[in-house]
Amino acid sequence: MIHRLIGGFAAVLLLLAACGEASTPPAGSGPSPTETAADFPVTIETSSGSVRIDERPTRIVSLSPTATEMLFAIGAGDQVAAVDDQSNYPDDAPMTKLSGYEPNVEAIASYEPDLVVYATEPGDLGSSLEGLGITTLFQPAAATLKDVYGQIEQLGLATGNADRARQLVDRMKSDIESITDGVGKARGLTFYHELDDTYYSVTSSTFIGQLYSLVGLENIADEAKGAGGGYPQLSAEYIIQADPDLIFLADTKCCGQSARTVAKRPGWDRMTAVRDGNVIPLDDDVASRWGPRVVDYLRRIAAAVERVEQGMAA
Amino acid sequence: MTRGTRALLLGVAVLLVSVLLGLLVGPVRIAPGDALGWLVSFGHRPSGMSLQQAAILADLRLPRVIVAGLVGAALSASGAAYQAVFRNPLADPYLLGAAAGAGLGATVAVAFGPATAFEITVPLAAFLGALAGVGLAYGLGRSSLGGRSATSLILGGIAVASFLTAVQTFIQQQRSETLRQVYSWILGRLGTAGWDDARVAVPSVVIAVATLWLVRRLLDVIEVGDLEAESLGLNVGRLRLVVVVAASLATAAAVSVAGLIGFVGIIVPHTVRLLTGTSYRRVLPFSVLFGAAFLILVDLVARTAIAPAEIPIGVLTAFLGAPFFVLALRRSGRRIA
Repeated sequence: MIHRLIGGFAAVLLLLAACGEASTPPAGSGPSPTETAADFPVTIETSSGSVRIDERPTRIVSLSPTATEMLFAIGAGDQVAAVDDQSNYPDDAPMTKLSGYEPNVEAIASYEPDLVVYATEPGDLGSSLEGLGITTLFQPAAATLKDVYGQIEQLGLATGNADRARQLVDRMKSDIESITDGVGKARGLTFYHELDDTYYSVTSSTFIGQLYSLVGLENIADEAKGAGGGYPQLSAEYIIQADPDLIFLADTKCCGQSARTVAKRPGWDRMTAVRDGNVIPLDDDVASRWGPRVVDYLRRIAAAVERVEQGMAA
Repeated sequence: MTRGTRALLLGVAVLLVSVLLGLLVGPVRIAPGDALGWLVSFGHRPSGMSLQQAAILADLRLPRVIVAGLVGAALSASGAAYQAVFRNPLADPYLLGAAAGAGLGATVAVAFGPATAFEITVPLAAFLGALAGVGLAYGLGRSSLGGRSATSLILGGIAVASFLTAVQTFIQQQRSETLRQVYSWILGRLGTAGWDDARVAVPSVVIAVATLWLVRRLLDVIEVGDLEAESLGLNVGRLRLVVVVAASLATAAAVSVAGLIGFVGIIVPHTVRLLTGTSYRRVLPFSVLFGAAFLILVDLVARTAIAPAEIPIGVLTAFLGAPFFVLALRRSGRRIA
């Protein structure tokens, strides 16, 4: 019983906690940008082989909330027939009861998809769908921003929206650049990113951890490198002693955490971030996906950093 | 001083040393002299100690050690008592559906309760779920499965546990966004233990452990056999009910503050038997003392071995407990049970 639970928990961590680690192979080895939007068939090179798409897909099923966000952001929204039960953004995504974690091949096939995009491979989903003659595109958790751009461009090619995809990537790049340029780097500010209310966190080797590095923040969880494969569970007394300048809560939805509940935890009320009001609630979903909203997430981090720096100057 | 008294004093000493170690050692370095000074002056901060260190001792380590001790004592005593009344060396505190009931209760609270009140609703639901699980198993064992024998109760427990687990899995499958919260809760969470948890656990654990302690002599009688015990004038059914109620109360309280921590309820009583003999006059008190000390020490390893990260406590109880148990078994050369 207990062992099953531990196994299950590890799986849940991998699935829900966040995005991939730097060690995972990049999702796409770069689609060829010479392809024009209307040109089909296209062949897309992925880490797991090449995928050939004969016609512009019009009945896409997305089992990945991140892929759903990407598809709608590149203007492929009206080609999407169904999305999984976690794809809650954008609002007009056709959410169904399909599950990306426990996929039911028959239920997926009933939507008669001409392309299935998925992010977790719980067994033989890909080969089962291929066996039914359904084209699939596997886009696992991104390890770097480069992976994110690669996946967006892949989806652009696959859906005949390559130009829009390239524009989106360019816009993301320039937005991220202007955000990170605007933040005074390397001020030695520290932060703690919370995944749940038992103090699971992320190290800088994870995708999320890298975002914080972009604005020059130091991660208190890096002391626990090696433990938990990038997602260590920290000791409460260590967090209190490390006394980070900023606390980011990625457990506002899952676990109902807020600045108020954090302040009520034993021993936390004296922490700098709590006293100075620098406990920043995040949207769990945004902070665990690697889609276009990464830019909003980064903007929120930068704003929080700016606020701390102004407080210090005052 | 009799041999029994000396042994008991030794057990108390082991527990006290564990408590001290639990307080003095942690991921954050606090000078042992300062920490001792803080302790003997009842929380008066010595000059060398920072406010933060005092807060870590008072708000984190002390309640965590107390909760670990209470949970260890509760699980070990319940396990020992269950092994007696069910005459089954593999009986553990979760035998009669307490774990499945607690799991379902916690899942329902996470899936349908308000997210802002999880810290209150989840432990409460787990507590009630554990009691309900055992209640159902007991009722089923008595009414449908032919009487009050140990076997019928165990079978009732198996049926109830399977059913409740199925319901829990269904709810989780329907609402996969609750998975993370449910698992992290079920897996044991001494890492967040505070005074609130200690306050919740103390009454049930004290009442239950005291009850089991009082009936420890009768456990020796019932272990011989239902008929033999009846012939000696013991009301077997009533004793079994008292033990089940007390052990369930202790287990429910332990589960509600610490999640499911496996192995303690089996390994501690058996190790105690190897050390002190099989009479429950000694097995029960020593299970309480050693159970508390064991979980405090295991938790100490959990929070320091890979500091500042933690190891899930449920992983460690078996990892550290099993070799120790084998060692005790080899050295004693005795047969178990």
